[in-house]
Amino acid sequence: MQDKDSGEEPVGGAGLDGNVLAGPLSEVFAVDITTAVGRCRGCGASSAIATLRVHGPQPGLVGRCPGCDDVLLRIVRTPDAVWLDLGGLTSLRIPSAG
Amino acid sequence: MARAAIPGGLSARRAWRPARLLERRVETASASTLVLEVADWPGHLPGQHVDLRLTADDGYTATRSYSLSAPAEGDRVEVTVQRVPDGEVSTFLCDDLQLGDAALLRGPVGGWFVWRPEQPGPVLLVAGGSGVVPLMAMLRARPADGPPFRLVYSVRQPDDVIYRAELDALGRAEGVDVRYVFTRRGAGEDDGDERPPGRLRAADLDAAGWGPADAPTCYVCGPTGFVEAAATILAAAGHDPARIRTERFGPSGS
Amino acid sequence: MSFVTRGFHGRRRDDDGRLPPGQHLTGDFPVLSAGPTPRIPLDEWELWVATEEGTRHTWSWAELMALAADEPTVDIHCVTSWSKLDTTWRGVSLDTILADVETAADYALVHSYGGYTTNLPLEDLLDGKAWVAYEFEGDDLHPEHGGPARLLVPHLYFWKSAKWVHGIELVLEDTPGFWEQLGYHDYGDPWREQRYQGD
Repeated sequence: MQDKDSGEEPVGGAGLDGNVLAGPLSEVFAVDITTAVGRCRGCGASSAIATLRVHGPQPGLVGRCPGCDDVLLRIVRTPDAVWLDLGGLTSLRIPSAG
Repeated sequence: MARAAIPGGLSARRAWRPARLLERRVETASASTLVLEVADWPGHLPGQHVDLRLTADDGYTATRSYSLSAPAEGDRVEVTVQRVPDGEVSTFLCDDLQLGDAALLRGPVGGWFVWRPEQPGPVLLVAGGSGVVPLMAMLRARPADGPPFRLVYSVRQPDDVIYRAELDALGRAEGVDVRYVFTRRGAGEDDGDERPPGRLRAADLDAAGWGPADAPTCYVCGPTGFVEAAATILAAAGHDPARIRTERFGPSGS
Repeated sequence: MSFVTRGFHGRRRDDDGRLPPGQHLTGDFPVLSAGPTPRIPLDEWELWVATEEGTRHTWSWAELMALAADEPTVDIHCVTSWSKLDTTWRGVSLDTILADVETAADYALVHSYGGYTTNLPLEDLLDGKAWVAYEFEGDDLHPEHGGPARLLVPHLYFWKSAKWVHGIELVLEDTPGFWEQLGYHDYGDPWREQRYQGD
């Protein structure tokens, strides 16, 4: 992981992946969601959240299916809330510790 | 999850807390390692990262993710930061953050791009530029009697190699192989470097003992284009996609 | 703000009095996107306007080029806190595009190539306040910045100025767009700092 920022392409470029979602999602979930496997409502492909194509972090983080580029999840952090949309997923399989 | 590795539990991972700069080591002309002190550090797995947040006096904030580059020593953790031209966070961290001053830190986070010492099998690490940082954390965490590790490190030119001395020493250890791929300018044949400079090729990742049959877990980290290319080479060579783990960062990050 | 990192100011320049609250000047033109950059060949490009009655109007690229163009010079304000002053554009006023469209709608939901949407009151597209812009600073609008054509509504936060504009759906009720569904303000007036829902 490295600074995603530069003078040419500041805070909103592509070129990230779902690993970067670990911190923002840790505000919401008690377990690490980047290891969970999500199923795309559009194409049906299953992908670990860490492997999503991610755009952002501003104005929000957008995680897209590595198979079909459909939006799988979105996260916006406002001063007093986290807005989370998982509507592009039909399911999210979260591995349990046992 | 390796529960034992995160003894601080979830609340400790979630919170933003101060990380005080204890030491800064210049690694290359454009990369520096920051040694940070974080109270009650819960421990971390090699490959995990932290989010660092800088806050200006008017409330403006900027947040970026950086890989942890070494195992923790108590409350001391290390990140290596590649200075991005005009990058407002990386340049501040490399040049301006004063010893004793603090940024806010959240982490450790990320459970996907991690190496767990108990996991079986050899490990093939493929780094592009500063993508070497989380892979270095894995190499440094490898016990002397650990599984075989091989690092293939693609970088523009010899001067850009981060951790050069330590990597060369590690590469002489039993069970560790370190190989450089220079994309612009090599060390020259006089130094025993016979590979002409150029982008990563299939031959660079094809070595005896590291093929698909040996079932290494492959960790690829670098700029997006590099990661796509390396992952494609590995998959085409027959490596199981389930054992290829990737982490990408911005196109300017190399 | 309770925690400050001493000496950190960010890559920003000072206010010169023309900035809305909480904004900072930038010299470059940051690229923000929510997805991959669409590449739309001009011979396939189309702009559509659909009314609440279901009537559909379309313009090809050649038809858009045949319409009278304006060359507005405007300040733009991104919700991520950068502003850019005196940007120059060339494009067709929405007054021209909507001149022959009959509608009773009060709102517009703007659709982009690539799936992005944003909502705004129809009156904010009219009376010389909005354009379909296809040149920036004298050059064709680069795909990263929304080319071949983007909406330009400079009096609202710049996420309303949809890149890769494809269609305008005229609707009777305000319908949240891509960011508005997820906490961003339905109107987005930078001078009232309407960044998020409830601001």
